[in-house]
Amino acid sequence: MNQLIIPLLDGTLVAATPLIFAAIGELIVERSGVLNLGVEGMMLVGAAAAFGMALHGQSPAAAICVAMIAAALMASLFALLALGLAVNQYAAGLALTISGSGLASLIGRHFGARSGTTIARVHLQGLSDLPVVGKVLFGQDPLVYLALALAVMAWWFLNRTRPGLVLRAVGEAPEAARAIGYRVLRIRYLAILTGGAMAGLAGAYLSLAYTPLWVDDMTAGRGWIAQALVVFATWKPARVVLGAWLFGGVTVAQLFAQTFGLQIPPQFMSALPYLATIVVLVAISRNPQTLRLNTPLSLAQPFRPDH
Amino acid sequence: MIRLYLERRAVPSRVMGFVAPALAVLAMVLCAIPMLRLAGLAPLATLRVFFIEPLSSANGVSEWLLKANPLVLMGLGLMIGYRANVWNIGAEGMYTVGAICAAWMALRFADGVHHWLLAAMMLAGMLGGMLWAAIPAFLKTRLNTSEILVSLMLTYVAQLLLSWLVNGPMQDPQGLNYPQTALFSESATFSPLIAGMRLNASVFITLGAVPLAWLLLQRSFLGFQLKVSGAAPSAARYAGFAQGRLTWIALLIGGATAGLAGMFEAAGPLGQLSPVISPGYGFAAIIVAFIGRLRPVGVLLGGLLLSLLYLGGEAAQMSMNVPAAMSRSFQGLLLLCLLATDVLVDFRIRLRP
Amino acid sequence: MPPRIALEAITKRYGSFVANDAVSLAVAPGEIHAVLGENGAGKSTLMKIICGTIRADAGQILWEGRRTSILNPGAARELGIGMVYQHFSLFETLTVVDNIALAHAGPFDRAALAARISGMGERYGLPVDPLRLVHHLSVGERQRVEILRCLLQNPKLLILDEPTSVLTPQAVGRLFGVLRVLAAEGCSILFISHKLEEIRELCHSATILRGGKVVGAVTPAEVSAADLARLMVGAAIAPVTRSAVATGGVRLALRGLSLPPTDAFGTALHDLQLQVRAGEVVGIAGVSGNGQAELLDALSGERTAAPGTVMLDATPIAHLDAGARRRRGLAFIPAERLGRGAVPAMSLRENTLLTAYRQDLVKRGFTRNAAIAAFARGIIDRFRVGCSGTEAMAASLSGGNLQKFVVGRECSLAPVVLMVSQPTWGVDVAAAGFLRQNLIDLSRRGAAVLILSDELEELLEVCDRIAVLFRGRLSAAMPRETLRIEQLGMLMAGLEAGAA
Repeated sequence: MNQLIIPLLDGTLVAATPLIFAAIGELIVERSGVLNLGVEGMMLVGAAAAFGMALHGQSPAAAICVAMIAAALMASLFALLALGLAVNQYAAGLALTISGSGLASLIGRHFGARSGTTIARVHLQGLSDLPVVGKVLFGQDPLVYLALALAVMAWWFLNRTRPGLVLRAVGEAPEAARAIGYRVLRIRYLAILTGGAMAGLAGAYLSLAYTPLWVDDMTAGRGWIAQALVVFATWKPARVVLGAWLFGGVTVAQLFAQTFGLQIPPQFMSALPYLATIVVLVAISRNPQTLRLNTPLSLAQPFRPDH
Repeated sequence: MIRLYLERRAVPSRVMGFVAPALAVLAMVLCAIPMLRLAGLAPLATLRVFFIEPLSSANGVSEWLLKANPLVLMGLGLMIGYRANVWNIGAEGMYTVGAICAAWMALRFADGVHHWLLAAMMLAGMLGGMLWAAIPAFLKTRLNTSEILVSLMLTYVAQLLLSWLVNGPMQDPQGLNYPQTALFSESATFSPLIAGMRLNASVFITLGAVPLAWLLLQRSFLGFQLKVSGAAPSAARYAGFAQGRLTWIALLIGGATAGLAGMFEAAGPLGQLSPVISPGYGFAAIIVAFIGRLRPVGVLLGGLLLSLLYLGGEAAQMSMNVPAAMSRSFQGLLLLCLLATDVLVDFRIRLRP
Repeated sequence: MPPRIALEAITKRYGSFVANDAVSLAVAPGEIHAVLGENGAGKSTLMKIICGTIRADAGQILWEGRRTSILNPGAARELGIGMVYQHFSLFETLTVVDNIALAHAGPFDRAALAARISGMGERYGLPVDPLRLVHHLSVGERQRVEILRCLLQNPKLLILDEPTSVLTPQAVGRLFGVLRVLAAEGCSILFISHKLEEIRELCHSATILRGGKVVGAVTPAEVSAADLARLMVGAAIAPVTRSAVATGGVRLALRGLSLPPTDAFGTALHDLQLQVRAGEVVGIAGVSGNGQAELLDALSGERTAAPGTVMLDATPIAHLDAGARRRRGLAFIPAERLGRGAVPAMSLRENTLLTAYRQDLVKRGFTRNAAIAAFARGIIDRFRVGCSGTEAMAASLSGGNLQKFVVGRECSLAPVVLMVSQPTWGVDVAAAGFLRQNLIDLSRRGAAVLILSDELEELLEVCDRIAVLFRGRLSAAMPRETLRIEQLGMLMAGLEAGAA
């Protein structure tokens, strides 16, 4: 049984990490009142950019930076449309995903089957050698810890700081926020950039640590799952982490099936995360009151300030 | 410093309704040039391969219309949904399930000559697509769940379902273990209109769907209710239009058209099922609907345009060693440009005094 | 001593429409200055310019004698300009402290700020609990938060936009007390209103706007309300005539209607009893937030209720939806005309079809466009709707004209029962009079008419009987002749002294 628990817990944490990055980023964006359906596209671009850098022998840190910048640039394009021209946010986000997917394939066309530098796991003296918990809790790669730290920071930012309060106000009533002097579009732009960078970080993690090989469409819908996570978590960072762990667990559940010799077709196991996403969405949406009380009131509505 | 701002027009500009998509195509081409250069490709040569060469032969035109077929049909279904503010993103999945159901029918009656088989397959395709659309419809109307993510998740599930079927239950027993079904019998495939080309009679059905969609939206009371429901949901509730029923209708129409498109492909150019039966038609159809400005004739033209992009992508892949993903980039770029130029319909650009 | 603020020839255009045309006014320190005008006269635009939300196309603003540009709301705040909005600019999911912290530069210390809020509330007679969530507050309490938010900035100019429309008569008196104290301390006050008696009671001076221009600057105490009205409208206003009531049978009855609220922000309805007869106009008075929206949803059919609680001509209809109720002759005009009563992006012809579809305008599922256009033309002619034709977009009509269209459409359905919410909100005086007369005339032709409004003057002018809705409970409907404003005011305040 021990042989199973460690890989399961370990795998869950690792699988949850890109989801946490992407979902926390999108949570910030949606709290400001903007819905960006382009997370999947930005993650793919981040993955491609990071992998490209790694193939050229750059350090993981440099690769991650480039990935975050590339994704943030794409997010800027979305911001230009959604904020500057106040177009339909659903369509703009979808356009971003389709473009990002094409762009990532283009960048990745020469990658082949090679591997670049990857991210090494941490080894803490004494702690990492503990049985069971050693590897799981203290032997992860640094980005796993970063993801959890970012979730905590997001919580603290939203609930304990003035800028976080302003962000929440902008998401609830942008007209009122403008009336008391806040630059709504600028705040939303910063949120969108942050979300983009986080999506890039998530993509970079996928291509550098999770699967250090380039596969076309390597996010396999994780950007969408991250989007669903934000709803499931009712826009609260702590619940995003819980949800990500849940999904991470479902993703690595394939281990179980093989070990127990269950004759389940691999496609069914692969479908589990998507089906689970639908189930959690239904669970959280069932009570209209819960959703309405927690949804940022101005979500996805274009804002055109008076002049 | 010059500062521009947007001033809302008193009445949306009808002229811009036609000009904006054309401007978007122009903008896309202009943006593509530096991007192609960055990717290490000769811009003008690539653009010629993309847009001009595919149409330079009769067979090319046949392929163009053939590829436009599913795009236009699905685009019409999505258009009706979007006008009603029902955000169906899962056309790709409904297409897949429609193809699966049609294929089941074909394989079930593989022996002999049956004149009714194609019609039965069309019905099966539509029902399959509607079944897949019924899931988000039920979840939205009864359980208040957003149709965007549900329909999207179901495209992944449909893809995996197809993969399992062609590797298992529906696999061709004489197929040397390849993941594909047996080839459909003659009764179960569309015959080409002209010998040597793949274009078949299903395009006429799609063509007939265009005026039907127009009639629905512009002349029927149901279409009116759908439009009100999309433009002002509070007004629809006020008027007593049953929102739940309208959501179901919008999603089922989207599912039926997508499922039928899946059948057209399966019984037409594909002739069998394999793990990949669509180069992303379901998502391209979303762009078709938007570039057509959610109007039937616009969707027809948009379908033709995106079909050209697909063909160009294939041609570029063969002659210039450019990946097929290139056409996806163009599609995304086109949608981005369209969203930008579409603003000019409702607003005009003004200089700040 | 220079005026606190002076506007010189302020002009603002939107396309070909001139919202403000060379408007000039001046307010001295400690002066309470009214800006009077009917809906559409340009008051809101002018205030937005002073607050920095929008910028004028021409003209000067002088602050304490010096030329100033107010480029954005932050700049206005720094000068010392505070605004209390008509439709409050508060964040409902945040606490009072957080709301005020957002407007308050300085260290982010919730505890200290809460203490200051309590202190200031005591000092000015605006008590409020800093730790409560705004969505739990009553409308009057929310206005206090808006005012306190401004006061904490030590404003030199306080602007109040139609502050009394959400208050009971007693609360209005308390508000005036606070404003007089502030003015005595040197704060200048701009008081936007269309309520003539209140302006005469409170304000030192008044500027009257009409059609974007200044048409008069007077001392309110020295002129009569009729003079002010004439300046505001530009002509004498024909009074509404209410002929004698000859009622028929009971058409609409509420029997013990009770409903829980749909969400945490709503009001529950408790055991409502009401009868509306053919030929009469019944009014329900009350400040918004006391259950009006819930009552209207229950009446229109957008929400169903327990069987037997809503009766139409002795037929139970409480379980029927909106479409079914319309089939039985119920018509309904909502308060929100754009987005609910009419679809903004659709033409008047299409908007006719929204509720008139049973007037032989749909055949075998297809719309009869020519017949619909003719029906729309009929409404436009009979109700004098100013528009460019049946194809005009609803959003392009002025508030008054669109309301005339919506009311005209519902009246053209020859309903058995007509329910109206806020019939003249945002409508110019001439159109308002026309609409009120039409509602009375409709009732005299045999319909039962029910009006919900927060404007007491309107109800007293139009209705035969008036009831009061307070916290989800309905008083008895009393004949107009026996009522006085003070009595209604007390009922609206729940007969409790010191209530919001």
